[in-house]
Amino acid sequence: MTDLLRQAWTVARKDLLLEFRTRTALVSALVFTALVLTVFNFGRDPTAVATIDLAPTILWVTFTFAAMLALNRAFQLELENQALEGLLVSPLSRTSLYWGKLLANLVFVALVEAVGLPLFVLFFDVPVGRVLLPLVGVIALATIGFVAVGTLFSALVIRTRFAELLLVVLLLPFLVPPLIGAVQVTARLLGGRPLSEAAGWFRLLAAYDIGFVALATLLFPFTVDE
Amino acid sequence: MLSAEGLRHAFGTGGERVVALDNVSFSLEAGQTLAIFGPNGAGKTTLLKVLAGLIRPDAGRATVAGGRGAIGWIGHQSHLYGHLTVRENLLFWAALYAVPAAIRASRADATLRQLGIADRAEQAVWSLSRGLAQRAAIAKALIHDPRVLLLDEPFTGLDLAAAAEFRALLARLQGAGRVVVLATHNVGEGVALATDVAFQRRGRFVHFAPRGARGPAQIADEYRRAVGEREGEGEADD
Repeated sequence: MTDLLRQAWTVARKDLLLEFRTRTALVSALVFTALVLTVFNFGRDPTAVATIDLAPTILWVTFTFAAMLALNRAFQLELENQALEGLLVSPLSRTSLYWGKLLANLVFVALVEAVGLPLFVLFFDVPVGRVLLPLVGVIALATIGFVAVGTLFSALVIRTRFAELLLVVLLLPFLVPPLIGAVQVTARLLGGRPLSEAAGWFRLLAAYDIGFVALATLLFPFTVDE
Repeated sequence: MLSAEGLRHAFGTGGERVVALDNVSFSLEAGQTLAIFGPNGAGKTTLLKVLAGLIRPDAGRATVAGGRGAIGWIGHQSHLYGHLTVRENLLFWAALYAVPAAIRASRADATLRQLGIADRAEQAVWSLSRGLAQRAAIAKALIHDPRVLLLDEPFTGLDLAAAAEFRALLARLQGAGRVVVLATHNVGEGVALATDVAFQRRGRFVHFAPRGARGPAQIADEYRRAVGEREGEGEADD
């Protein structure tokens, strides 16, 4: 187990080093997040629909599509000079490769969300002060779920034509459960409802995370081996 | 140390099925170097990929003593990350191959010196010329001191001096008991190093024997007779 985690960290550290050196995907995702929130802010009619009703959906649509940028780049890094082939010949276990990619993607998406959440609060003036901790909790739970599935699909489509489009088409149906859960919890939190009302959705998100991290770990070798 | 038993593999299905490996068997012990010559599409790369564990053969078995950790692999590409420096790349691969952390840096430096690119250690890989990148790729393949080297057209991009240095390095590794499998379409390359020679044609070893006292000219002549100069046209990729 220690070896699996050590190798996973080696892969994640390399991916993050590459990303922070080039900053291509990170800057793109941050700019994308800011632009989407800006468009939604100016594109809505506050007299027709209350901000508090619309805000949870806007938050999660923004985070979901920003995360797609991270997921797309996860295995594109490995196409350069066929590095993936080198990884598959090495003693690196497929599990470590998946966990490493998952970890790097989580850090990447968390950074985007860390910038996106304050922007969201700024643009939509929603009261997050009292519910910040559970809000961060639901963001973390939903993010783990869709990044776990997205990392698997990213590996699956990387050798195909139109990989970026295919990833979105394959992934979005699988994101429906965590997105519904995340929007429901966020709506209740921002609406000042008691936390107990969202407990069921929290459990759903946790179950989704456990189930799909385990399933993706099992299926991942079949996506990368010839 | 390395063995292949009855390897068969084909790509595609039905009428478009292309045989890449056809009943290939051999075994190599410490210190042996097998040079595999064949035209484009003969199945050399497929064979190396099967030996490296990248492709599961349709039939037969390939065994490398020590498993994947014992293999040093040079493929058609460098497997290096363009935006990392040469040294960072080597340290990354050393970590994956479980080279002890305490000696990774010194091992990387020593390997770079062996390949004559120590002065390029802090240079990003994307900025290297083709030949320097190939030397870095060789350094990556050697960073964990592998017992088995699988080399697919390893002289590509190397200038004459670098190619000669690489041959000398391979000779030293051979002397140290390493097993080397070298695949190339160029008979002139690597013949001097080979203890055994194979000619591959349409997936099959049409010749496999110790090199003995045969020189490059004689082997080239035998190769032309066994394989034919125009062989390989219209076949699948390696």
